[in-house]
Amino acid sequence: MSGFPVLTTTLLVPLLGAIIIMCLPADKHKSIKYTAAVATFISMILSLVVFLGYDKALGGMQFIETIPWIKDLGVNYALGVDGISIPMLLLTNLIGFSSIYASWKIEERAKEFFTLLLILISGVMGTFITTDLFIFFLFYEVVVIPIYLLVIMFGSTKRVSKEYAGMKLTIYLLIGSAFLLAGLIALFIKAKAISGIPSMDMAFLGTLDYSSGFQILVFAFMAFGFGTLLSMFPFHAWSPDGYAGAPTAVSMIHAGVLKKIGGYGLIRIALTILPLGAKFIAPVIAVLAIGNVVYAAYICLSQKDLKYIVGYSSVSHMGYVLIGIAALNIISINGAVIMMFAHGVMAALFFAMIGNLYEKSHTRNIEDFGGLAHQMPKLATGFMIAGLASLGLPGTVNFIGEFTIFVGAFSTFKVIAIIAITGIILTALYILRTLGTMLFGPRKEEWDHLQDLKGPELVPLVVLGLAIILGGCLPFTLMDLITNGVEPLVAQMALIQIGGLF
Amino acid sequence: MYEFILPNAWLIPALPFLAFALIGLFLHRWPKVSAGLSIFAIAAAFILSLPIATAVFAEEGGAVFEFSARWLSMPGLNIDMGLLLDPLTAVMLIVVTSIATLVQIYSLGYMKGDPGIASYYSYQSLFAASMLGLVVANNFGQMFVFWELVGICSYFLIGFWFGKESAKNAAIKAFVTNRVGDFGFLLGILFLQIIFGTLNFAGLSQEMAGYTNMAVLIPIAILLFFGPMGKSAQFPLHVWLPDAMEGPTPVSALIHAATMVAAGVYLVARAFFIFSSVPQAMTFIAVIGGITAIFAATIAITQDDIKRILAYSTLSQLGYMMMAMGVGAMTAGMFHLMTHAFFKSLLFLGAGSVIVAMHEEQDIWKMGNLYKKMPVTTWTFIIGALALCGIPPLSGFWSKDEILLAAYASGNTGLYILGAFVAFLTAFYMFRLIFVAFFGSNNYGQEKAHENSGVMTIPLIILAIAAVCAGFVNSPLMHHAFGHFVNNPAGIQPEPSTAIMISSTVIALAGIILAWVIYQKKLISHEALREKYSTVYNILKNKYYIDELYAKLGDVVIFGAAQAMFWFDIHVVNGIVNGIAFFTGKSGDALKYTEDGQVQSYALYMVAGIMILVVVATVAAVSVIV
Repeated sequence: MSGFPVLTTTLLVPLLGAIIIMCLPADKHKSIKYTAAVATFISMILSLVVFLGYDKALGGMQFIETIPWIKDLGVNYALGVDGISIPMLLLTNLIGFSSIYASWKIEERAKEFFTLLLILISGVMGTFITTDLFIFFLFYEVVVIPIYLLVIMFGSTKRVSKEYAGMKLTIYLLIGSAFLLAGLIALFIKAKAISGIPSMDMAFLGTLDYSSGFQILVFAFMAFGFGTLLSMFPFHAWSPDGYAGAPTAVSMIHAGVLKKIGGYGLIRIALTILPLGAKFIAPVIAVLAIGNVVYAAYICLSQKDLKYIVGYSSVSHMGYVLIGIAALNIISINGAVIMMFAHGVMAALFFAMIGNLYEKSHTRNIEDFGGLAHQMPKLATGFMIAGLASLGLPGTVNFIGEFTIFVGAFSTFKVIAIIAITGIILTALYILRTLGTMLFGPRKEEWDHLQDLKGPELVPLVVLGLAIILGGCLPFTLMDLITNGVEPLVAQMALIQIGGLF
Repeated sequence: MYEFILPNAWLIPALPFLAFALIGLFLHRWPKVSAGLSIFAIAAAFILSLPIATAVFAEEGGAVFEFSARWLSMPGLNIDMGLLLDPLTAVMLIVVTSIATLVQIYSLGYMKGDPGIASYYSYQSLFAASMLGLVVANNFGQMFVFWELVGICSYFLIGFWFGKESAKNAAIKAFVTNRVGDFGFLLGILFLQIIFGTLNFAGLSQEMAGYTNMAVLIPIAILLFFGPMGKSAQFPLHVWLPDAMEGPTPVSALIHAATMVAAGVYLVARAFFIFSSVPQAMTFIAVIGGITAIFAATIAITQDDIKRILAYSTLSQLGYMMMAMGVGAMTAGMFHLMTHAFFKSLLFLGAGSVIVAMHEEQDIWKMGNLYKKMPVTTWTFIIGALALCGIPPLSGFWSKDEILLAAYASGNTGLYILGAFVAFLTAFYMFRLIFVAFFGSNNYGQEKAHENSGVMTIPLIILAIAAVCAGFVNSPLMHHAFGHFVNNPAGIQPEPSTAIMISSTVIALAGIILAWVIYQKKLISHEALREKYSTVYNILKNKYYIDELYAKLGDVVIFGAAQAMFWFDIHVVNGIVNGIAFFTGKSGDALKYTEDGQVQSYALYMVAGIMILVVVATVAAVSVIV
């Protein structure tokens, strides 16, 4: 493994794919799709190699690559992964690979579509594997452009127009990133003042001792920036409209991984570098998270459009992640990380199934359907797996996430945790009602012409379904890795807090 | 031999799980292969259970073996997948595997010709695996995992005929109602985890030995009991079980009568060391059990659907078991669980046999004189009913008698009287069913009725034998062998009392005779009774209107709130967002006129700017000087 730049390769293969596609003639749909599939497949395999090759006994950042880039700002093209980033890297690639197949039917402007999609996948991946704050921000901004174009070019218009949805999504992302940028600059200047060295290295920034007032201010900026990205209540308004307007693959990637950059950033950057700020702001986050979990779950009960249901449900599930992060202990943060993974595969599977059904039926209103399990048993299986994962059934990786978060959060915030746990009842109610209305009940003749999943359409179901179930039955495979990454982080937080004000 | 078999006990849940996976992934195109594999797996699990039970019972008082495998662990939280083999587990293993095997064989006949046989057997296998995983659990975490899994199997099997609107709704109702219970159960588990730092039963029992903080223990015990309230359908979370009868009848027999619904009782027995240390929780359990017992029995006497009568009877009997647990008679509760599992699954399978013969008819008033055409079904059904009524020396007599005895001996005379009255009602509604459907004067469906094939009747006969004999294991005839193994130091095992035995037998006979007088001899007209007490009848017939109440509450509280919050989200949250966007756009619109390209305008802005600056500077200078 030594010498070969695994992470760079993983990162650049989709980009290379995008460049190849740009060079292909626009009407060679087959070649375009195969190129995209091969590129994401290579990345997926490489991320599995990283997942399996990571040495847990050694711990820390591994597969490190560092190339100095802007000396005066201390910026390095620095890559490296640990127990927190590997699950995210794996998630990105599982979903990226599946999203290509979920878009297999795209004929119009396929060249543009797949080019943008591959750039998007690379961009998201970059945020998870870099250890440099500047590079992190760079990749984060790279993501915004393809998202906007994909939504307005390929999206769909229902309750709101795709232009509105695309703009809302993008502007929210940009407002979030503006606050983030302000926080980063403040951090950089302060760090330089303290240590005298210009640095953007996350680990280095985390070792410095900032005053608590500064930490609280910068943490608040970051919490707002990352919180918006994670659709923290009441800054979630972009999420349901955005997912509803976006094309399937974008919904998958956005709900599946892009959102998780928010949670990942909170843990990797905000918590690690600003533990005192975290301690101060965390209760606010926990309270807002209740808004996510309960309020959004209630709204799901009143929705008829499938994408809105999953959109609000994803807001609801992010509440668990936020509570996990806010509880600031190893169990809860472990839970938040695995929950991000779990929600990612689940939401992506959901959106893949919805996209497939919409493509064939041209409606997403659940009441138009009924008894679909008669005509489309495989699609129904996909919906069931995603749905049961969503309601946190044991045997799916989502249960592991929820349970761990509950244990962790319960020891910090009793009342908040209890209110949040009522979410399991509401989730069961809206998921089972939705699936029941759509899939079960008497057969409707009007849908007899619908074809069940076959060929490439099965790929998202198999890949994501497998991830959900394997993760749920063998949780130690992921959890040991995550613990490995979270443990030093929490230890460091505790160390700094001893000298702090609180 | 035991050294080899005990550590391999994990095969018991693993074999059915493997069958599930194989059927689900590969074999579902071949229904016969699927069915065969599923039956083979559960039969193998049964055969494996036998030496394990022998090993456990070989030691005086019962041996205890424990094995664990690491599953989910991190600093501060550790959930293993374990095997706890003790007498309690052994009893449950035998009950679950034996009944599941018989039910799966019976299903070959019952489900014949159904297009979904392969998925039926895959769910059956998954259920068996989950139920067995639950039974062998050595910690609350594992228990919760399988607890939820049996719940989802129940959901799938209730909704097995998913084309039916009613089946779909019943399945959802079952899962969501159980989730309400599991919400409390989960909170209880979380409390245990953060206070005692372990979820392992043995570990907890050690940690809690000296713990006396009642302010903590009471909520924990009550919260934990929410789980059994949902799963064992105790009042007020009972509403799902009668509706669960939408599933195929063998499913009702296995899951909704014999095994899964008894998991709640099993949990109370397993965690008896927690409950028994909290008297308030014990009273709560006893009262909930008592209410459920009488509540369901009164409903049962007015129902017309053969499966619903049995469903309410199951509710009532589960209430009985809980009541036993609550008064401290853990042995009696588990004993009744075991005998009930045999005779109630027998009754359900018998009902299924009738339903097949009558071509899906379930209304007892549209049946009559079935004994002529269906002798095996009739006589096994009667054996099951007699066992349920507690006629000696059938199994129900011994176990029911112990519960009544325990209620009496523990000083809960009120519960004893209640229990005795429930026994009377039980005998009455069971024989109302029998006289109307199997005897009686009408000959509905005589021409189509026929006895079913051996694949259905042989399981009936085997279960009938069990329903007769299973009670002896804890009778004075066998020196209360069951009680020697399945017990808890905190539980009570009162000495048998002849007076209670005789009185409960008399009560049961009275119920049977009353049913005979009304429904067979027709000395009293049941129509007239219905007219005379129409108010009471309507309340009972409509299940005390509780389903309607819940539906109304749900509409208002849950869905009303959902609408309100959606309104808020659209108009307030999005309203503010769009308002800001609108304001930004409009202010841009307004300001754009300032950029008109005319030099005079720009000169004007410049002069205005200079004047403002001059004024500000002057004011500042003056204020500094002053």
